[in-house]
Amino acid sequence: MKAFSYERPKTPQEAAAAVMRVPGARFIAGGTNLLDLMKLEIETPPHLVDVNGLGLDKIEATNEGGLRIGALVLNADLASDERVRRDYAVLARALLAGASAQLRNKATTAGNLLQRTRCPYFYDTNQACNKRVPGSGCSAIGGYTRGHAIVGHSDACIATHPSDMAVAMQLLDAGIETVNPNGARRTIPIADFYRLPGSTPHIENSLAPGELITAVTLPKPLGGKHYYRKVRDRASYAFALISVAAVVQPDGTGRVAVGGVAHKPWRVAAADAALPQGAQAAAGQLLAAARTDEHNAYKLVLVRRTLNAVLIDAKKG
Amino acid sequence: MDELNNINHTRRNVLITGALSATAAAVPSVASAQPGGEPAVAGGTTPAPVTARVALSVNGKRHEMELDTRTSLLDMLREHLHLTGSKKGCDQGQCGACTVIVDGRRINSCLSLAIMHDGAEVTTVEGLGTPDKLHPMQAAFVKHDGYQCGYCTPGQICSAVSVIDEIRKGIPSHVTGDLNAKPLLSIDEIRERMSGNICRCGAYSNIVDAITEVAGVAGAKGGAA
Repeated sequence: MKAFSYERPKTPQEAAAAVMRVPGARFIAGGTNLLDLMKLEIETPPHLVDVNGLGLDKIEATNEGGLRIGALVLNADLASDERVRRDYAVLARALLAGASAQLRNKATTAGNLLQRTRCPYFYDTNQACNKRVPGSGCSAIGGYTRGHAIVGHSDACIATHPSDMAVAMQLLDAGIETVNPNGARRTIPIADFYRLPGSTPHIENSLAPGELITAVTLPKPLGGKHYYRKVRDRASYAFALISVAAVVQPDGTGRVAVGGVAHKPWRVAAADAALPQGAQAAAGQLLAAARTDEHNAYKLVLVRRTLNAVLIDAKKG
Repeated sequence: MDELNNINHTRRNVLITGALSATAAAVPSVASAQPGGEPAVAGGTTPAPVTARVALSVNGKRHEMELDTRTSLLDMLREHLHLTGSKKGCDQGQCGACTVIVDGRRINSCLSLAIMHDGAEVTTVEGLGTPDKLHPMQAAFVKHDGYQCGYCTPGQICSAVSVIDEIRKGIPSHVTGDLNAKPLLSIDEIRERMSGNICRCGAYSNIVDAITEVAGVAGAKGGAA
């Protein structure tokens, strides 16, 4: 790991300004992704700004009937919150399907959103990776791509976003509240937050330099039945091959988002509209633009069948 | 024969050169003083180490240290406090051998910076019990033979103690059927919650037996404790 200096600011705006002051500086919260990448020198920040202790660790009701989740709320605490378990079960389920209990005790809400979109070739510093070293090429393309993206990918990058939580946040139309080094605040709809890789896969979201996430907001509860069904190589503690998040209403209408298929949580308005017609129609809309290869074509079938299992369950009394 | 000698000579030179390079890399500030006038190894890009103070409590004992900012909580415990119970397995949060309890929560100590734990209370396997007075979970692991090589055991035991605590506090898991009800103290719950601790010897069934006994799960082998 490269040496780095370290500071613990007192306010969110100070933290944002502190990151702006040193080129390459990074915020650190739980550190479960950043430190892992720093050990491999994939990330080499010369300065870390510790955002723990900024008081961003509360979950509170909003005036609109939703929830405001502090950026520093731990994944374990968010999944355990009574309101989340009752009104946003898809979010609790997604959190509990992710990582291990030890990691959920350290990982934070904003840190989970900001974990790097990545693949094994990103981790292997002997391989070319446009995300790790822009312009160096992509060894994953033409390699072993069983876990890679099937939609929204580019000639520069085919990695998938690994978060389960973010898939549920996408489904729930979460808002991402931020502060910049000048103290200006804004809310970014999650639909506009993540970027597709295009020719700049190293830029993964729409945050400006120094912009700090302070909270994530959820609109008022949707009701209906909530599902987060994750398919993986072992029963626990593994990344999703694919995952399906859904909220289904008694009349068969609802929403669906999919993980493990793209550089970001994947949601398509036409798929929500097609949900009452069944899994075949909705999955067809979700993955209409899919481009697969021999290793990952199975994901098309797996998404459809997993969504079908969810819809069958939703019809039960 | 001459050829062989030459080969040996060459190999020796290679080894000496290698040793010098290692020294230069480890002590960049004096690298320019290396014999032979070689430029410093990565001298321009290797930033000097930075230290910071941290004060925390480990197993009830207070410590104050000046540490390289890069020091993980695990390395602080093992290399600075010589508490070698917590183990370094993968050093990337995948195996759980480094699991310790910080302020009442189990975490991977390899994926956390020591300096970020100022004021924290850390419990390692050494703080749970002693050889003379084992923690009930330690005793149960011995009784049920919950290990083979033992390398993952300190992490398994710290996790197991936390699992029972988490279930009693009503924290749900991936296998909890009803999110709005208290989770059950069941074997399924224990297995899921222990998934962050890998045992390459495969002692899982005995580990589950040890935990279920301490948890008082009905039907556990050896009866409720």
